[in-house]
Amino acid sequence: MAKLIIDGKEVDVPPEYTLLQACEAAGAEIPRFCFHEQLSIAGNCRMCLIEVVGIPKPQASCAMGVKDLMPNKDGSPKVLSTKSPMVKKAREGVMEFLLVNHPLDCPICDQGGECDLQDQAMAYGSDASRYAENKRAVEDKYIGPLVKTIMTRCIHCTRCIRFSTEVAGVPELGAIGRGEDMEITTYLEHAMTSELQSNVVDLCPVGALTSKPYAFAARPWELNKTQSVDVMDALGSAIRIDTRGREVMRILPRNNDDVNEEWISDKTRHVVDGLRTQRLDQPYLRENGRLRSASWKEAFAAIAGKLKSTSGKKVGAIVGDLAGAEEMYALKDLMTRLGSANIDARQDGAAFDPKRGRASYLFNATIAGIEHADALLIVGSNPRREAPVLNARIRKRWRAGPFPIGVIGDKADLTYSYDYLGAGADTLAGLAQTKFAEALKAAKNPLILVGAGALARKDGAAIASLAARAAVEFGAITDGWNGFSVLHTAASRVGALDLGLTPSAGGLDVAQMAAGGVELLFLLGADEVEVAPGPFVVYIGTHGDRGAHRADVILPGAAYPEKSAIYVNTEGRVQMASRAAFPPGDAREDWAILRALSDALGHTLPYDSLSALRQALFAAHPHMMHIDQIAPADAADIGKLAKLGGTPDKAQLASSVADFYFTNPIARASAIMAECSALANAAAKHSPLTAAE
Amino acid sequence: MSVRRLAPPEQQPKEFAFSKDNLAWAKQQIAKYPEGRQQSAVIPLLWRAQEQVGGWLPEAAIRAVAEFLGMAHIRVLEVATFYTMFNLAPVGKVHVQLCGTTPCRLRGADELEKVCRKRIGDQMHVTEDGKFSWVEVECLGACVNAPMVQVGSDYYEDLTAESFGKVLDQFAAGKTPKPGPQIDRQLSAPVGGPTTLTDKSLYSDSKRS
Repeated sequence: MAKLIIDGKEVDVPPEYTLLQACEAAGAEIPRFCFHEQLSIAGNCRMCLIEVVGIPKPQASCAMGVKDLMPNKDGSPKVLSTKSPMVKKAREGVMEFLLVNHPLDCPICDQGGECDLQDQAMAYGSDASRYAENKRAVEDKYIGPLVKTIMTRCIHCTRCIRFSTEVAGVPELGAIGRGEDMEITTYLEHAMTSELQSNVVDLCPVGALTSKPYAFAARPWELNKTQSVDVMDALGSAIRIDTRGREVMRILPRNNDDVNEEWISDKTRHVVDGLRTQRLDQPYLRENGRLRSASWKEAFAAIAGKLKSTSGKKVGAIVGDLAGAEEMYALKDLMTRLGSANIDARQDGAAFDPKRGRASYLFNATIAGIEHADALLIVGSNPRREAPVLNARIRKRWRAGPFPIGVIGDKADLTYSYDYLGAGADTLAGLAQTKFAEALKAAKNPLILVGAGALARKDGAAIASLAARAAVEFGAITDGWNGFSVLHTAASRVGALDLGLTPSAGGLDVAQMAAGGVELLFLLGADEVEVAPGPFVVYIGTHGDRGAHRADVILPGAAYPEKSAIYVNTEGRVQMASRAAFPPGDAREDWAILRALSDALGHTLPYDSLSALRQALFAAHPHMMHIDQIAPADAADIGKLAKLGGTPDKAQLASSVADFYFTNPIARASAIMAECSALANAAAKHSPLTAAE
Repeated sequence: MSVRRLAPPEQQPKEFAFSKDNLAWAKQQIAKYPEGRQQSAVIPLLWRAQEQVGGWLPEAAIRAVAEFLGMAHIRVLEVATFYTMFNLAPVGKVHVQLCGTTPCRLRGADELEKVCRKRIGDQMHVTEDGKFSWVEVECLGACVNAPMVQVGSDYYEDLTAESFGKVLDQFAAGKTPKPGPQIDRQLSAPVGGPTTLTDKSLYSDSKRS
């Protein structure tokens, strides 16, 4: 530890700290543009200048280490100042230079009101301009459908370049030219291809990179901000939903170091327009083969009529990927009351079974735990498409030092280099013979990442067992480390498995129900299954997607920003999404629909409010009560899973996500996601641009 | 300094590949650097590509060098646009780089510039026959022989408007003028012979002790 006196306050900081960190530890605020905690240090904006007594010139605190300070002769601690007249003058000077070429277009700038340059010019700039010459103007660049550029505003902090190179791992942004004429662009103005590209909008400290879909849509001070969690993938990234009136205007990331750090994927951010289009805003009823709008009463009556002629055993329910724990619990409750064991949340038919223990379907290593792993085996997963933010975490670990990675399954560009071991389950079975086995054996904390796609097939259980066997064999299950990690792709999946939403004894699974094994089928936002002709389908959901097209009765529900619901992410972390807006038209929150429906069916559910429902839920499943926590899973279950055995077939292991931008009904309704998807498909035909850095 | 852009697409060749000799040379350059650090060879390779194409860097060459070194395209474009020694648009067979920094200016670079403008035209403009183009550059380090120009890898020094015109005449005639000072002078030695240490006795044996 090194002693420093900062603004007259003595602090003890580790020697590897930068002066900026030391000053923050002392409670001083240091303005900055180019410095960012998650990126490498550039030291080019000079806004973080401070005074170090003994050094005649102001120093860039972000780029100078505590251990770089020359000790005082008498051994007394070094004295730093962040408030001296010299610092004030230096910052004013830097700010003046930054503003020389910055346009005065704040009134028409989307960044206005949440702009670092604006705020810091107020706080640290001088009050008047001495500049009378012409300002520089820069041509705007096309860098894709998500990021709008107004390059005259750029102050050359290079955060966007460092992000795309370091975090996203797709080095597409660069600075051409030099000095005053430096310009940020992509190669020949190609669209960026990273799934994390929109984060550069948040990183940009000025209005040079702004959100294209959100351009001129709203001002930050007219928005209501709601903290929530994302459901586009199974990570449950922390988000902030900004609404104006009853409309969701945009979605921004929140910092959560355990899950998403401060990034979110483009799908999470730009799915917003999908919340407005294709929405189901009133109940529908199929008459003579055509859907007609109906009242809730009519809709319920139709279902009750059908139920009368149907035995409990012939009723089934399939739960979709975006359902919250409350409605899933209510649905299960209702199905039990109807005397049905046919309920399943595994739309893709993945071989998860809550009876095999919670550890058998969780990302046991935890997302933050990836950074403690020292070898990684990816089985049947493309984390870049299934969970881009998690992929960025893997890349972060890979960049930090030796991190052998082996892949069995798709041979895709994951933004880091890896040993490709093979495509099929036979590679997994014969893992011990591969060269990569040595790296796994040598590792202290090996991580076995199993994709949901690897288990969503007939021999899924056998593959899960094989992966578990590899985990046991290569020492991934030790005291304090459980490296067997399942990467889910559906936000509702872990919650559903925790609640036991799989067919109990004698019950039918998704495939059997969809094939027509039941007569009355409830789809709770289930849009990824094709239901055969025959069953009377009741669709409870938000969008006019596959489920609604097949439905005989449509009950309009609430999308994730429109309800308060509990989601359990892939690592088993219980998180609560908050309501930011209201469902459109006659649509209602899903649990309330189920409650009202149960009444109409004569099997009234015993909760009249969301809190009563939660009480029942918590009583049955106490771990759901502990928001933001992970209930520990028993690692011994992995051993049991390993002993399960079974013979996998020869088919290739593939990722469950074919098109990143189209994984759920909300994304499929979004015009922006469609544009991104078309671009990505066109880009896939060209040679890959990426190079490992 | 000004904004530098790639040449318009209609001037860009579709493909670029190193010639056999240059490819061997490029591999040699890369071998100088440790494994995984082959990107360090980007400037020599771009330079050789520019020579091969005839004095400028087409987009295809930038792409080819990037792929050759396993770099992202944009990283090589950054380098190519940063250094003004890389010409991004076609130049004449005789590309005159006129030094316009202070010592040359004081010694008459203005006159040379007038000659360029009269005979060739604006900067980076290629004459119709494709023979000449010129550009003003910063100090080329031959201040003792100011004013001067560089053509290819040769310096033409101690120029006047008249002698510079003669140099251009010879280029126009397809000859290569003699490089170096264009007055009676040995390299950068004093004009008209030595001016110091001229006392012959300095070199006689008696002074040695």
